[in-house]
Amino acid sequence: MNKELEIKQLKTDVLVLGGGTAGCYAALTIARNSDINVLVVEKADIRRSGCLAAGVNALNAYITKGHVPQDYVDYATKDAAGIVRNDLLLTAAEEFNNVTHDLEQLGLVILKDENGEYVARGNRNIKINGENIKPILADAVKEQEQIEVLNHVNITELLVEGNRIYGAVGFSVREEIAYVIYAPKVLVATGGAAGLYRPNNPGFSRHKMWYPPFNTGAGFAMGIEKGAEMTTFEMRFIALRCKDTIAPTGTLAQGVGAKQINSKGDIYETKYGITTSERVYGTVCENVEGRGPCYLKTTDISEEQSEDLLKAYLNMAPSQTLKWIESGRLPHEQDVEIEGTEPYIVGGHTASGYWVDTNRQTTISGLYAAGDVAGGCPQKYVTGALAEGKIAALAILKTFSENESDNAKMKDEMDGVTADNIKYSSETEFSSDALPHSITAQAKQALSGYEHILGAEQSEYSVEDLEEAMQKVMDEYAGGIATNYRYNEKQLALAKEKIEQLILLSEKLKADSMHELLFAYELKERLVVCKSVIAHLMGRKETRWHSFNENLDYPEEDPAFYGYVNSRLEGRELKMIFRPLVTGERYEHSVC
Amino acid sequence: MSVRVNKEKCIGCGKCTDVCPGNLFALSEGKALMCYPKDCWGCVSCVKECPVGAIEFFLGADVGGNGSVMTVKEEPGVLHWRIEKPDHTVTEINIDRRSSNRY
Repeated sequence: MNKELEIKQLKTDVLVLGGGTAGCYAALTIARNSDINVLVVEKADIRRSGCLAAGVNALNAYITKGHVPQDYVDYATKDAAGIVRNDLLLTAAEEFNNVTHDLEQLGLVILKDENGEYVARGNRNIKINGENIKPILADAVKEQEQIEVLNHVNITELLVEGNRIYGAVGFSVREEIAYVIYAPKVLVATGGAAGLYRPNNPGFSRHKMWYPPFNTGAGFAMGIEKGAEMTTFEMRFIALRCKDTIAPTGTLAQGVGAKQINSKGDIYETKYGITTSERVYGTVCENVEGRGPCYLKTTDISEEQSEDLLKAYLNMAPSQTLKWIESGRLPHEQDVEIEGTEPYIVGGHTASGYWVDTNRQTTISGLYAAGDVAGGCPQKYVTGALAEGKIAALAILKTFSENESDNAKMKDEMDGVTADNIKYSSETEFSSDALPHSITAQAKQALSGYEHILGAEQSEYSVEDLEEAMQKVMDEYAGGIATNYRYNEKQLALAKEKIEQLILLSEKLKADSMHELLFAYELKERLVVCKSVIAHLMGRKETRWHSFNENLDYPEEDPAFYGYVNSRLEGRELKMIFRPLVTGERYEHSVC
Repeated sequence: MSVRVNKEKCIGCGKCTDVCPGNLFALSEGKALMCYPKDCWGCVSCVKECPVGAIEFFLGADVGGNGSVMTVKEEPGVLHWRIEKPDHTVTEINIDRRSSNRY
């Protein structure tokens, strides 16, 4: 079978990959402050995509009354045992409140007291009705004429030459159309990675996970493949969640003050420490030592609080409300069982992601990163994703207003690009002569990759087979749920070998539809991310964060590792780079 | 955890196919079809978006499901959530969009 894809060539000033929180807000910031054109490409629909599809009921990064941004930086730094970027945390924290007020202007409901002040939950959080936070953002984006949104298009490849970005290539998940998009500036905001490890519920409810199963680490994989430097993938995020539904626990712990108790009814949380990773670790230890299951004690709350919790969960994790009602016992009548999730790689919670400068530019010139795909800035959460989108957008705008020669030159080159739609075959010349030859070659290679998978007659293994195999390897050899998140170097070496074998098998997949093509690429992306995770776990020869990186060969913290474990693909090998801590207020990439 | 489409009620408008963050729906013979039930995240975007309440959310037996279904009807300013148990007892919870989470 010879599949002919129609090719659409597009050009824009700023290309935003991913229409989640960070991507939408970046596009909005550019449109409000300039006449520059923005194209947002989203693999689903920006109205309900990314991790806020179901909603959120608190903003967990806000500078509450009596606090300053530095307080937030200090808290996040301590929680991450020092492995953060001070400049990134500070610049994000300085924007938390601005972006919050802007969201309120756009229609977000925030709880206020009788004096009109936001009601704080703890020191850093405020309470909202964020069920419709994505529709609010999407509506704001749609009002801007300069922003074009391409929904249901999945990007798989960045176009990079001479360490400079030229655009990206992808395909429609619905129609037989491929897209080659040229832009002098690209923002990657595709989120983090779920589905690398075997999930809590591996059967029918395999996708009932904390982080969206549709966030496959595409942005990480694209960057890794093109030699972008990545940081701290070994700081995996494991969430402490309500058992089965994997619903958030913050509303119970911080909202109604529910304590973590073991099956004997003893409060154990203070015994192990209260950092994010220690709360998970404590629960693991109680289970290992035979005192499980563990719970959040909700049976001493009032009936009225119980009713309110039903509503609170409907606004962010409706499955938990359904579970309470279905079981016939509300939260004041039964404690809520808790468990740790499978590990995720997510820069909104831990410090994993692209190694960026203070402006959120990656090590590839013209490529920026914001939100869960950007590293060094843990606990940025929703407001941090908005803040990073804004910071990156303003930095991009500055390059246009300064009439940077790069942008101008690239725009000239792109003028030669024809906007005609063409049928693709390997002989088609579809690009401007003015663009570097290797850019059109890369685009062609990506397109023939799609054609190859769509044209394959048969494959030995299905995407599902290989995904299961990958999750099993990560679970058993790279510190998943099966080993209580622990691993040693021998296991990691086996994990590396097995993942490399699966990568070879993934080159022989077939797809009968554009949607199956999406599944094939999602698997490929995850495998690339898995390989980096394993390399990073090997690179940090200490245990800096219990559970997140629990290295049994090096069970203690080691001052020699008080810095960043980074990586960059050189040839076909990941080169590990150890960088000393950045403590200043600005950081720029050094010119190689 | 997944959703199922009530074909009697479905009018084939395709809103669920647009809004699902996993692209898991398709239209087949003028009706919505959940193509990949095991790949549902449980975000209920489709349940909220469906104009005729044709999409029902349920818990898989592996996460404690016991046969109840959840639907939601959207009116200006209010979300009407409805949970029906197998014995047909119904719980309704109305959420005013202007009221915030208190916890």
